[in-house]
Amino acid sequence: MIPGADHLIIAPILIPFLAGALMLLYDERRRRMKLGVALVAAGLMLLAGIALLRRANGGGFAGGSDVGYYLLGNWAVPWGIVLVLDRLSALMVVLNGLLALPVLVYAGAGWHRQGQHFMSLMMFLFMGLNGAFLTGDLFSLFVFFEVLLAASYGLLLHGGGQFRVRAGLHYVAINLAGSVLFLIGVALIYGATGTLSMAHLSQLMVTLDGSHRPLVHAGAALMGLAFLVKAGIWPLSFWLPSAYMASPAPVAAMFAIMTKVGVYILLRLSFLVFGASAGASTGFGGVALAAGGMATMIYGTLGILGSQGLGRMAAHVVLVSSGTLLAVTGIALNAGDGVTMLSGALYYLVSSTLAAGMLFLLFEPMSRDEGGIAAMLALTADAWGLEPGETEEDADPAPGLQLNIPGLMTALSVAYAVAVLALAGLPPLSGFVGKFVILMGGIGDAATGGTVIWAFAAILIVAGFATLIGLMRIGIQTFWANDGEPPPVSVLEAGPVIALSAMLVLLTVQAEDVLRYTRATAETLEMPTLYVEGVLAAPPVAGSGEADP
Amino acid sequence: MEAVLALAIGVLTASGVWLLLRPRTFQVIIGLSLLSHAVNLFIFSMGRLRPGAPPIMPDGGFVDPSRYTDPLPQALVLTAIVISFATTALFLVIMIAARGLTGTDHVDGREREQ
Repeated sequence: MIPGADHLIIAPILIPFLAGALMLLYDERRRRMKLGVALVAAGLMLLAGIALLRRANGGGFAGGSDVGYYLLGNWAVPWGIVLVLDRLSALMVVLNGLLALPVLVYAGAGWHRQGQHFMSLMMFLFMGLNGAFLTGDLFSLFVFFEVLLAASYGLLLHGGGQFRVRAGLHYVAINLAGSVLFLIGVALIYGATGTLSMAHLSQLMVTLDGSHRPLVHAGAALMGLAFLVKAGIWPLSFWLPSAYMASPAPVAAMFAIMTKVGVYILLRLSFLVFGASAGASTGFGGVALAAGGMATMIYGTLGILGSQGLGRMAAHVVLVSSGTLLAVTGIALNAGDGVTMLSGALYYLVSSTLAAGMLFLLFEPMSRDEGGIAAMLALTADAWGLEPGETEEDADPAPGLQLNIPGLMTALSVAYAVAVLALAGLPPLSGFVGKFVILMGGIGDAATGGTVIWAFAAILIVAGFATLIGLMRIGIQTFWANDGEPPPVSVLEAGPVIALSAMLVLLTVQAEDVLRYTRATAETLEMPTLYVEGVLAAPPVAGSGEADP
Repeated sequence: MEAVLALAIGVLTASGVWLLLRPRTFQVIIGLSLLSHAVNLFIFSMGRLRPGAPPIMPDGGFVDPSRYTDPLPQALVLTAIVISFATTALFLVIMIAARGLTGTDHVDGREREQ
C-alpha cells in the first residue's frame, strides 16, 4: 500500500481480479452466489469507472490535472510501470462496465450453467480489458493482453461442441501468432530506444538517432499488426466471423468490445508516438491505417449483404464499425489535425459497441427454436422464388396475430429496431450523430479534406445502407413473417437487451454532453505532450516504508 | 557470436512459420513453440550480447554499470516464457479436444477432399 496515492485508479483492475479469484474457490454448485458476486463486482467496477471519468473530466487529480497516475511499486517513470488514467482510458473503462453488467445478467439466465468457471473467466476478461485501457507501459500491455486473451479462449470454448472447438482452435492459433508479433515489436522498440514506457518513448521520438528510427518504425509496425489482428482489419479478419458466431451469446457481446481494444491501443500509441511532436516520424502508419480501415469497411459491407444468418451478419457489422474507427484514426493521423472527426469517432465507438453487443445478445433468443430455421427457410424460399405450401395461411390477414406475441417479444423487436437504427446510422439515434460528426469534421476541416475523405464518406454511407438492408431483412423474417409460436424469452434475457437500448437512447439524448467530452478527449489525443510531461513528472509518494528498503 | 545467434533465431523462425502453415494441428503447435523460442532469443539479444557480465548488481557502494548487462530483457524473457508455456498448454488441450470431437487432426476439423 502506498499512502497518499490515488488508489481509485487501480480499482477497475483489482475488483474483477479479486472477485474472479474468490469465485475460483467455490465449485459449480454455488452458481447463484457466483452470479451475485459477479454482479456486485461489475457494479463496483462501473461505479469506480464513473468516478474516475468524472475526475478526468473535471481536473480531479493532483494539481487540478485531467490525467491521473498510479505508480506501481512506487517507482518513478520510466523505471517502473505506471497506470495512467486520462479521458480516453476513463471512457473505455466506463464502456466496459456498461457492457459488462447487462452481459452478466443475460448470462445468469442460463449460459453460466453450461460449463465450468464462467463467471471467473468473465471477471478475468474484464480485468485484462481494464488493464489494457489503463496501462502506460508496453510490456505490461502485453501481459494484460494475454490475460484478456487467455480468458477469452476459455469463454469461446464455454459450452463445448464441435463447431466451437474448431473455431477456438483457429482463434487461439491466430492470437498466439499475433502475440509473437507483439513481442518482436516490443523487443525491437526496446532495443532501439531503451525504454518501454509509452510516455518516455513519445518523448524520445524527436531526438531519436537516424539509424535507430527505422528500427522503431519496424517495431511499431509489427506491434500494430498484432493490434490490427484483434481489431479485425482486412485481410487479417477472416478468423473473426466464425469465432464470434461460435462463441456463446454473452461472450460474443463482450467480444464486441475486444475489437475495440485493438482500436484503442492504436489510437493511443499512434497519437502518442507518431503524433505531431514525433519529429521525422510524424504520421507514421496513417496511410496504412486509413487504407486498411476502408478496405475493412468494404469487406464488412459485402459480408453483411452476403450473410444469411444474424450471427454472421452481426460479426460483419462489428468489422464495419472497427474499420470505420481505423480509417478515421488513419485519416486524422495523416492530417495531423482532425479533432472534430476524432470526437465523432469516439462517440461512434461507444454507440457501436453497445449496439453490437446488443445485437449478439438478441441473436440467440431470436434464433431459438424454429425462429432461426424459419428465417433461413423463408430466405431460401425467396431465393428460389418458391412459395412454402401454406399460401392460404399466408394470405390470411390474421388480425389476431399481434396478440399472440407476448410483451417481451414485442419489447425485443423494439430493441432490435433501436440496435439497427444505431448501427446503420439513421436518425434519430446515436449512430447517426456519430457518423454525422465524423463526416462533418472530415469534410469541414481543411487538413483532412481531399479525395480520401470523399471516398471514405461514400463507403461509410454505403456501409450504413447495407447494414440497414441486411438487418431489416433478418428482423422482418424473425418478428413479422414468423407465424409460428414465438420463442420463449425469459425476463433475464430481455432485461439486459432493453437496458442496452435504453443506454443508446440516453446516449442520443445526452449527445451534446458526450460529444463535449469526446471533443476534449480528441484534443488531448492531439496534444501528446500533456500526457507525456504529466507521466514523466509524476512523483513517487514520499515517506512510504516500502520506497526505501 | 552475433552471427550464430542471428542464424539460430532465423532458422527457428523459418521452421516455425513453415510448420504454422501446415494442415496438421501437431505441426501448428510445434511451429508456435519454435516461434516463441525464436522470439525469446530475440528479446534476449535486444539487451545486447555481453559474455561474462552478470545482470544483477551488488547491494550498496559504487557500482560501475558498464560491467553489468541489461537485466530488463532477461526479466521480459522470463515473463514471455511463462505466458507462452501456459498458452501452449491450453492450445494442446484444445487440440486434443478437437481431435476427439472431429476424429481428425486436420486444423479445419475435416480432411480436404481429394
